[in-house]
Amino acid sequence: MGRTLAAAIGLASIAAATVASAEPPAGAASCSGCHPASTRVTSSVPRLVGRDQAAIVKAMQDFRSGQRAATVMDRIAKGFTDEEVQAIAAWYATQK
Amino acid sequence: MKASRRDFLRLGVAASTALLPLPALAQGAAPRVVVVGGGFAGASCARALRQADARIAVTLVEANATFTACPFSNAVIGGLRELSAQQFTYERVAADGVVVARAMATAVDARSVTLADGAHLPYDRLVLGPGIDIRWDALPGYDEAAAAQMPHAWRAGEQTLLLRRQLEAMDDGGLVVISAPANPFRCPPGPYERASLIAHYLKTKKPKSKLMILDAKDAFSKQRLFQAAWAELYPGLLEWVPLSKGGAVTSVDAATRTLITDFGRHQAKVANVIPPQKAGRIADVAGVADGTGWCPIDPVTFESKLQPRIHVIGDAAIAGAMPKSAFAANSQAKTCAAAVARLLTGATPSAPKLINTCYSLVAPDYGISVAGVYQPSASGQLAEVPGAGGVSPTGAPRATRAAEALLAEAWFRTITDETFG
Repeated sequence: MGRTLAAAIGLASIAAATVASAEPPAGAASCSGCHPASTRVTSSVPRLVGRDQAAIVKAMQDFRSGQRAATVMDRIAKGFTDEEVQAIAAWYATQK
Repeated sequence: MKASRRDFLRLGVAASTALLPLPALAQGAAPRVVVVGGGFAGASCARALRQADARIAVTLVEANATFTACPFSNAVIGGLRELSAQQFTYERVAADGVVVARAMATAVDARSVTLADGAHLPYDRLVLGPGIDIRWDALPGYDEAAAAQMPHAWRAGEQTLLLRRQLEAMDDGGLVVISAPANPFRCPPGPYERASLIAHYLKTKKPKSKLMILDAKDAFSKQRLFQAAWAELYPGLLEWVPLSKGGAVTSVDAATRTLITDFGRHQAKVANVIPPQKAGRIADVAGVADGTGWCPIDPVTFESKLQPRIHVIGDAAIAGAMPKSAFAANSQAKTCAAAVARLLTGATPSAPKLINTCYSLVAPDYGISVAGVYQPSASGQLAEVPGAGGVSPTGAPRATRAAEALLAEAWFRTITDETFG
């Protein structure tokens, strides 16, 4: 709850609609093509659902800068702004 | 008959626009969305609509009880996988509250979809995931009877098994020919992954054989990666003939399995003709396909530019820079569902961002990928976000290729679970 509020205040323009409708912010819905939404799936790709917001943001920053080794996430992370990453991470952190 | 139906459709559209109906939810009724086509696009969208707003009554119209997935079907052709691993049913989709109507949709007007048994399904919004149809009129000599001799295997199922059986029955030393079409078509790297996995089969089981790709193009998806891998894995076995070297197939003779180009004739022991394609039949029925055979859409809502309140997603859509892939179809389906849910409440859909990731296998333990991030451009198309996306690095170690092969399989498990599981 506090995390959602913080994100909404920090990113009013993007997060306002998101929080109001619990609708995934731009880009978030695509992630589950590779990051399993379900615990049924066996995959080395981590689930994002319920993951710590700061951890997702840090991973995306490190993929984008090349500090973290990647296969495809380096290429994908470069397509998102800091604000978009914050909104996506905030949304996933609140999902169950 | 066709003209009169079209005329009726236009009248219906004009009338609905004139009346400016209130959003369904604003009128207090449960909004009705009909989704036609139970592939990665349609089935994903039906589920996502229920998740977006459980008040929406969603009906998924699909003629087949079983869906057979195209991604990884090249591994079936190459003898690495069984077709059953490609097949999925709709029980779990139905368990999400989607009404699954197992029927062929035969007609579409501005208010309802008609099924083969004459039933009408009224809709507030219609989503079409038509997939592709083969253009049987596009390549002289290649009709449905010819496909029994020279399979396309571009819609997975019996055709996939036919091509595999032909390869298994071929004597060592035979010539296999794949004909690849001009753009656009389903799964841009698909012909080259298929060539790779057939080459793997030949190298393993029938090493005196040759494989030739006759291509209607001079460039293709992940080209440098494929060609580097072919030189490493299949030297002397696999030959790619581009358009400029006479690769374009202009006609075929099914009786002799001969592919004819402007430069010569190639008689194959096994011929895989990947023919020109268009949006699936229902797109034409609904009047959402243009002169190209594909469907122009709005990049925010995926609403047809030709018919209001009808949305088109997946391979059938003209989605700008987004390729015709299962990942793209699933990504578009979720974006479209969010937009439709908003439109039904009278709200304005927000600008989306979409991702595509496509893996190809060059060998069972050798995977390569292409990824992209997309957003609506000022010109009203889905355009790549500059500076993002691209293909796997050239010259990467084999450990990277092995990792991507495993990621490819994990992707298949994940996306089929989200869509059907």
